[in-house]
Amino acid sequence: MADVAVVRSPDIKKQSGFAFIAASCVAVLYLPMLVVIAYSFNSANNLAAKWHGFTTSWYNVVLANGEFYDSAILSVIVAVAATLISTVLATAAALGTTRGRPWRGQGSAYLTITTPLVVPEIVTGISLLSFFAFLSTVTGIDLGIWKLILAHSAFCIPFAYLPIRARLEGMDTTLDNAAADLYATPWKTFRYVTLPLLVPGISSGAALAFIVSFDDFTITQLIAGPGETTLPLYIWGRIRRTLTPELNAMCTLLLLISLAFIVLSFVLSHRRRA
Amino acid sequence: MAEIKDMQRLDDARRRLLTLPAVLFILAFAALPLLVVLAYSFMKPATYGGVEWQLSADAYVGFLFQKDIFDDSLTFSSEYLLIFARTFLFGIATTVVCLLIGFPTAYYMATRPPQTRNWWVLLITIPFWSNLLVRTIAVMFIIRDEGLINTVLLSLGVVDQPVTMIFTDFAILLGLFYSFLPFMILPVYASLEKLDFRLVEAGYDLYASRFQVLTRIIIPLTWPGIATGSLLVFIPSFGAYVTPLLLGGGRHLMIGDLIALQFGSSRNWPLGSAFSMILMAFVMLALFFQIRKNAGGVSHG
Repeated sequence: MADVAVVRSPDIKKQSGFAFIAASCVAVLYLPMLVVIAYSFNSANNLAAKWHGFTTSWYNVVLANGEFYDSAILSVIVAVAATLISTVLATAAALGTTRGRPWRGQGSAYLTITTPLVVPEIVTGISLLSFFAFLSTVTGIDLGIWKLILAHSAFCIPFAYLPIRARLEGMDTTLDNAAADLYATPWKTFRYVTLPLLVPGISSGAALAFIVSFDDFTITQLIAGPGETTLPLYIWGRIRRTLTPELNAMCTLLLLISLAFIVLSFVLSHRRRA
Repeated sequence: MAEIKDMQRLDDARRRLLTLPAVLFILAFAALPLLVVLAYSFMKPATYGGVEWQLSADAYVGFLFQKDIFDDSLTFSSEYLLIFARTFLFGIATTVVCLLIGFPTAYYMATRPPQTRNWWVLLITIPFWSNLLVRTIAVMFIIRDEGLINTVLLSLGVVDQPVTMIFTDFAILLGLFYSFLPFMILPVYASLEKLDFRLVEAGYDLYASRFQVLTRIIIPLTWPGIATGSLLVFIPSFGAYVTPLLLGGGRHLMIGDLIALQFGSSRNWPLGSAFSMILMAFVMLALFFQIRKNAGGVSHG
């Protein structure tokens, strides 16, 4: 090996201090979340940092809370609808923009699809607020919860699109060509060859779309009408009032939901390519 | 020959058709709303929010000048400009700190054995996607006067009064750094992972110093990742809304909060729209630089 022969040069894999910095990063990133999780089991009656004893009663309080439950249902409805719409559109777009000769305008299409990634959330939020207000003054239609679903679908598209596209780029076209040589129609080739190979990419993209929609706060807060309270909006409302210990439990539940979908997406996208 | 060309044209048309729905959807629910904001920024505010359909540049004038309520004379006012400058500074500071801490972390990750590397990536990916509101709340709980840090400091006798951290500029910067650090680490890591470390070795063999290896080999070759990471940190911290609201306590405003305020209690939609357009101009500028620098990096490599 090279590092045996080269004694003089410093070992490039070892930069003193980098391990410490990396470890500190992980500590800084996880410490606040772990504290919230730990204190969700603290039996103290207030949010003070003193440890009083272990209890799971805050979870009972949260789960018995009707408003929490209702906002969770709304969050799931919006996230599922947005995930379905964005994943279908993103899959089609990924098939249209990978493999084969780029068509004229493909670059602009790619830019358009990834636009939501570079627009700050606050600007997206107020632009949708203005847009829906404009729509309702001109047409008199109030879209209700569809405002949330349409908005979420739009900003979820790039998150679903990128993993699907990455998967498609990693797949070679030999099998598709073989299917075509055997007189499969384009639809049959897609249904029986491409789609099954693409499933991990699609699932990974869908999981990301779900989490991005489920966790969204800024945009939702600006466009949600009265009574349209998603889970992040509900927690926000509670934070603005008195700080109570069950907030820790609510935050922990939200983190666990994020975690489940992140790990799902990660495992799917890092599984060995077929 | 003609047949192949025809098939290719058919394939082009089919792929164009597949892409169209997503493009149209984003044009309708992301691009068109931005045009509405652009239009609103040139109108007059209605009394109860919304706009009056009258062309006016008042919103942009209002960014720099204050109109006297009696004689309509304009005097220069730096209030909004200062908030913009502050926000810009916060955005740059967050990006620089994230890069200084994130780069060594990414380098460390990229030099682990492949199996360990995946675990590291997962470890950084989890906070990357975790609920930002909840993560900010977590920081708030820790740095409160009654929070964990102050309780520990007090009980150890390091201080005899809680150190005020929450509702300060420090709290906002800490929150921004904490929120967006993973956005820097992951793209930089992606570049470093592809880096051919034999080039680094060759550099050392040719008697380059550590600093030379870093500036002549590693940074140029990983520039796309550094640029992407910087952009991913700069854009959301420049447009930050929740972080300053929760950790700055509403007293230390950033542009994002100023915009939300105009669409909320201040009921001046055109002014908020104008702020948004100015914010977008900065974002476009940053994107433009990234694309140019990226192109530059490629030609050097």
